[in-house]
Amino acid sequence: MSDDILRIGGIEFNSRLWVGTGKYKDFAETKKAIETSGTDVVTVSVRRVNIIDKSKENLLDFIDPKKYKILPNTAGCYTAKDAIRTAMLAAEAGITKLVKLEVIGDERTLFPDNEATLEAAKVLLKEGLIVLPYTSDDPIMAKKLVDLGCPAVMPLAAPIGSGLGIRNPYNLRIIMETVKVPIIVDAGVGTASDVALAMELGCDAVLLNTAIAGAKDPIAMAEAMKFGVLAGRLAYKAGRIPRKLYATASSPIEGILGT
Amino acid sequence: MNITLNGENKQIPDSMTVTGLLEFLHIQHQRVAVELNETIVKKDRYGETVLNEGDALEVVSFMGGGEISSECGVRSADFKAKKRSQNHE
Repeated sequence: MSDDILRIGGIEFNSRLWVGTGKYKDFAETKKAIETSGTDVVTVSVRRVNIIDKSKENLLDFIDPKKYKILPNTAGCYTAKDAIRTAMLAAEAGITKLVKLEVIGDERTLFPDNEATLEAAKVLLKEGLIVLPYTSDDPIMAKKLVDLGCPAVMPLAAPIGSGLGIRNPYNLRIIMETVKVPIIVDAGVGTASDVALAMELGCDAVLLNTAIAGAKDPIAMAEAMKFGVLAGRLAYKAGRIPRKLYATASSPIEGILGT
Repeated sequence: MNITLNGENKQIPDSMTVTGLLEFLHIQHQRVAVELNETIVKKDRYGETVLNEGDALEVVSFMGGGEISSECGVRSADFKAKKRSQNHE
C-alpha cells in the first residue's frame, strides 16, 4: 500500500501508525520500537532542558528529524494558556509547524478540556501552526475544531493509557460522517486488534504510545501494531461483507450426493 | 545577578545575553526554544537580548512523550490557581 498516502495540512504521511516516545526503558529501546513499527511520525513532548545534568542524552540524537516527522505535543497542559505557550515554544525550536494540541481537563481521566482546547486552537491556528487537536469522541466538538481550521481531529478511543480499546465505534463513525478531514484515533488502544478495528471503521490513522511501550516485549508489540494497522486498512478498503443473522452456504448447493 | 532559570534560582554574570547564557550553560542553540518573562525570544535575537536582574527564563527542548500526559513544559500561575480550586472541590 505504498501509494496509500495520508495528507494533512500539506504534509504527506506514509504511515498510518503514529507512535509516541514516552515510557520506554531508554532511548535505544525507543529507537528500536519506532523502527520496528514502520512509522514515519513520532510524537514528542516539550520540556525544560535539564540545566544541572547536561550529559543527559537528547531524544533527537536517536530520532532523526530528517527521517521522521516530529509531532510535538502539549501533553500535561491543563490550561489554554499553558498549551499555547508550550505549542509556540515547540514551533520556535524550528523543526516543525505541526502540533498535537492537548489540553487536559482532569488528572484522573486525562479527558480533554473541550472549551480550553477550542480556545487554544483558535490562537495557534492564527499563529500559522498546523493544529491537530486531541478531543473527546464528540462529533459536535470535532465539527467546531474543523470549522476553526484544524486540518485533522484526534478523538480518543478510551482514556489515555487505559488500553480499553475502541469504546465507542458509533461515535467515531458519526465523526467521520460529520467532518471531511482525516480522523486519527488517539489514546486508549491496547493491542493490535484495537488498531485494526479503528482502521476497519475507516479512521485514517492511529496514534499510540503506552500500548507499545508498556507491553512485556515492546519491540514485538511494535511489529504487531504495524500489521494491525495494515490489516485494518486493507480490510476497510476491501469492503467487508454485511453482518447477517443466519448462515449463507459457501459451497455450491448443486450436485450434492443423494439429491 | 540573579535570574530564575527553568524555575530555579540561578546566579549568572551581569549583563549577559541569551547567547552568552546558553554558552555559559553549554546548551546548543539548535533544538531549544527560549522564553523570557513569558515572551518567546526568536533565535536571531539571542545575541542582542540582554538579561536583567530578576528575569524569568525558560529553556525547553523535545523529550520523550506521546499520548502520555506527565508534567507540562511550562505552567503558568493560572494552572496553579486551577489546581488549587480543583483540590478544594
